[in-house]
Amino acid sequence: MVNLKINNTPIQVEEGTTILEAAKRLNFRIPTLCNHPDLTVAGNCRVCVVEVKGARLLAASCATPVSEGMEVNTNSEKVRIARKHILELLLSEHNADCTKCFKNGHCELQELASEYRFGDHIFIDLVKAKDKIRDISSPSISKDASKCIRCQRCVRTCAELQSVCALAVANKGDHQVITTFMNKPLNDVVCTNCGQCINRCPTGALYERNYIEDVWHAIYDPNKFVVVETAPATRVALGEDLGLDPGMRVTGRMVSALRKMGFNKVLDTDFTADLTIMEEGTELLTRLKKALVDKDETVKLPMMTSCSPGWVKFQEHMYPGLLDNLSTCKSPQQMFGALAKTYYADKINIKAENMVVVSIMPCTAKKFECNRSEMRDSGFKDVDYVLTTRELAMMIKQAGIEFEKLEDGNYDSILGQSTGAAVIFGTTGGVMEAALRTAYEIITGNEVPFTNLNIKPVRGMEGVKEASIKIKNTKPDWNFLEGVELNVAVAHGLANAKLLMDAVNSGKANYHFIEVMGCPGGCIGGGGQPIPTSAEIRKRRAEAIYAEDMGKPIRKSHENPEVTEVYNEYLSHPLGHKSHELLHTHYKVRNRY
Amino acid sequence: MEQKQLKKIDIIFGWDDKCTPIQVVEKTIKKTPENIILDMIDSGLKGRGGAGFPTGLKWKFCRNEDSDTKYVICNADEGEPGTFKDREILDRVPEKIFAGMTICGFVIGAREGYMYVRGEYNFMLKALDKKIELFNKQLRDLKVDFQIYLRSGSGAYVCGEESALFESMEGKRGEPRNKPPYPTVAGYNNKPTVINNVETLVYTSEICRMGPEQFKALGTKDSRGSKVFSVSGDTPIAGIYELELGMPLKDFVEEFGDGDTKAIQVGGASGHCVPRKKFNDTIIGFEGIPTGGSMMIFNSSRSMYNVLHDYLEFFTEESCGQCTPCRIGCQQLLKGIEAVKKGERPPTYLDDLKRLTSTMKIAAKCGLGQSVANPFTSIVDNFREEIIY
Repeated sequence: MVNLKINNTPIQVEEGTTILEAAKRLNFRIPTLCNHPDLTVAGNCRVCVVEVKGARLLAASCATPVSEGMEVNTNSEKVRIARKHILELLLSEHNADCTKCFKNGHCELQELASEYRFGDHIFIDLVKAKDKIRDISSPSISKDASKCIRCQRCVRTCAELQSVCALAVANKGDHQVITTFMNKPLNDVVCTNCGQCINRCPTGALYERNYIEDVWHAIYDPNKFVVVETAPATRVALGEDLGLDPGMRVTGRMVSALRKMGFNKVLDTDFTADLTIMEEGTELLTRLKKALVDKDETVKLPMMTSCSPGWVKFQEHMYPGLLDNLSTCKSPQQMFGALAKTYYADKINIKAENMVVVSIMPCTAKKFECNRSEMRDSGFKDVDYVLTTRELAMMIKQAGIEFEKLEDGNYDSILGQSTGAAVIFGTTGGVMEAALRTAYEIITGNEVPFTNLNIKPVRGMEGVKEASIKIKNTKPDWNFLEGVELNVAVAHGLANAKLLMDAVNSGKANYHFIEVMGCPGGCIGGGGQPIPTSAEIRKRRAEAIYAEDMGKPIRKSHENPEVTEVYNEYLSHPLGHKSHELLHTHYKVRNRY
Repeated sequence: MEQKQLKKIDIIFGWDDKCTPIQVVEKTIKKTPENIILDMIDSGLKGRGGAGFPTGLKWKFCRNEDSDTKYVICNADEGEPGTFKDREILDRVPEKIFAGMTICGFVIGAREGYMYVRGEYNFMLKALDKKIELFNKQLRDLKVDFQIYLRSGSGAYVCGEESALFESMEGKRGEPRNKPPYPTVAGYNNKPTVINNVETLVYTSEICRMGPEQFKALGTKDSRGSKVFSVSGDTPIAGIYELELGMPLKDFVEEFGDGDTKAIQVGGASGHCVPRKKFNDTIIGFEGIPTGGSMMIFNSSRSMYNVLHDYLEFFTEESCGQCTPCRIGCQQLLKGIEAVKKGERPPTYLDDLKRLTSTMKIAAKCGLGQSVANPFTSIVDNFREEIIY
């Protein structure tokens, strides 16, 4: 333990604690910009400098460990002047058109500026005209270099959490920029569109490509029938952007808000999550049978999930040799779009060309996904617009809806009912758990051997999780699986996915089924979720997801009556002809540069 | 204050046929590492790169670290404007550097030494490589478990900063690290590392050759020994000179000036500008104005606005760009003096800028940003009218 004094208050902390953390424990807030709880320490913005008695230099409190007898002042005259200078410098380099900025009100620099009130801002404006040209090449992520304060949070996010390195630092001195490979547009580089950079950008330099006006336009158009689908993870996070605490479940209120906004039908991506389990579970069993019984060597195992479009694009860029391992199932979002504009449009007697499908997603990669050329199996663009959780919150505010006072609403039917297995798609391990609940029961006729169906080994925030389930008492059709140890693995965040893929490629791993979610924590930590994010916030969202699961009367996908109905009326059976046409897809090899 | 007369010395480039660098190694490693450290501390040798950290202590700290792998690095990224002495040393007596590195390796327990040579000196690499090869062979013949390798920079000034140099050697972007940890604890590849300037390493081998007494006899209490100076600018005899430390600047000007010297920039772009009126009471040494060796002489035909402008342009370009005070601060200083010159800002804006440099001095991440205040304040304070009008 180390003893020190901060602002004359003694405190004892563990060795290795930073001054910033120690100060926080004493409730002294030190402002930060480049620091982020999910990332390594950079110490480059210098906003958090403090004075240490006897030291010639101010210390960056985020990067300086405490030492015995240290006396720290977090608000001395030197510190105040330096901090003010540093903020003024940052503002001189920042295109502060705050009222026109997409991040207005959600900007950490703006917050600090409002604390310090730089009325007589002294420095010369350094914003370069060319930096004001935004990069809107990507359907997911927009980049405005004139807002960038070079904190490198995005760079560290892309490298440390995602192993993608789409964003990097280039040049030095006054030419230093955060940019892409060869300064190419974001859409032309190896970017998975995961949006994790947006979640950690303290300013408006990175933000989602937003489609708010397009969606309002569709809603106002009397000739359009606008259907909205909501992803599992939005319902446990939306509240954060509307004044509620992290971890609040707002499913019912969200449904009511969507209805009030004027969507013609409010439906649920959770429904197609259940449908995904039927298709993907069957695909897994089919692959196992082909591999184990037919000894078909063309069948690729382990099979890997394909719900996360950031992960899918990552795989297309980085591990093209493993593309055949990806499940051919479309993501729930795209299954929904394809069904909505075919089966559903017919059923409710709406022409598909007049139907607009909007999806509310915790994700920015979904915006890219809905624009993929493969995603037009209905004959139209299956999903027209994807809005992030944040965009939805903005629209709710714009519509003048008092969210907190809303009564709970219910999803429309059909394509609105879902099970607990579907909602857990929203967190890491959820797809795996849902798949196991169904697959095990198909094989054995019995429920998975875990208390309350809660498959704990695949839950939690560990980067890579592994589990094995021994299959016992199989039904006659599946007796080739009797006694088989089903090995599964779960990864979240692409850096962890990379570890897992390298293990698979090296031949050391012996898995049958792998779930990967592109974002840390899975969709609850998605690039379209409310900002800020941290391990604690993600944990609370995950808890809310599991609470939502426990609260559902049906908790196994194959028991979803609407799913059964859709198979009976339209699809006939999993992996059937119609399914292949509408619910499955293929992947393409992409460049690594 | 103790003062010395200007005295030319010949330690660095001198050659003793009876005790060549490899023989110095052979002789020295018969002593214990502890004794060698004592000799270094006793000699009073401080780092010759500019910062002036006591060399013996640095070696001692690194020796005390418990690690299987340690490194010796020779910082030959001589990038300070106006400094060209290391180039001469690398060219003429590189074996002395190798000897210093080897002795350091013996002391701290390192088996590998790296020489990081600035990108602009690439033309020397071939010749150096040959000499290193020969020296490495001699070491193997002596059964000394130490080998030297060559690394080249790519032209960034900031890579002379020790932690940026490690990053560069590791194949990353050359950006300074947060300190602590210091190099002796976690340097290259995060292993305990001693990084010394070219000239420092030569002195270490010379101290081993001639003993600390002879070295200590030179210089003053705070600045032991001699130092190699790169003399440039308005002087009829520009070049490299090894001089005893502790001399008054007045003597230096008499020896090297052209009779019309207005100011001397001591220590390169990041050093201090001394005006004529202060020549008499300025001492060159750690107790006065320390220097990495650059002495730029300006006569009355020079515009100090242009001098400062050049320096600021240099820093604006050479800042690595990661930390706010340095990246933006340098740009503001440059644009600021331009604005004052053009009358777009009042002369008092120079005082705002001086306050900014005080922040840069204590809040920038590394020595680069911290030292921009030196030329700025010393030139603005002494030549304010030249900046404004």
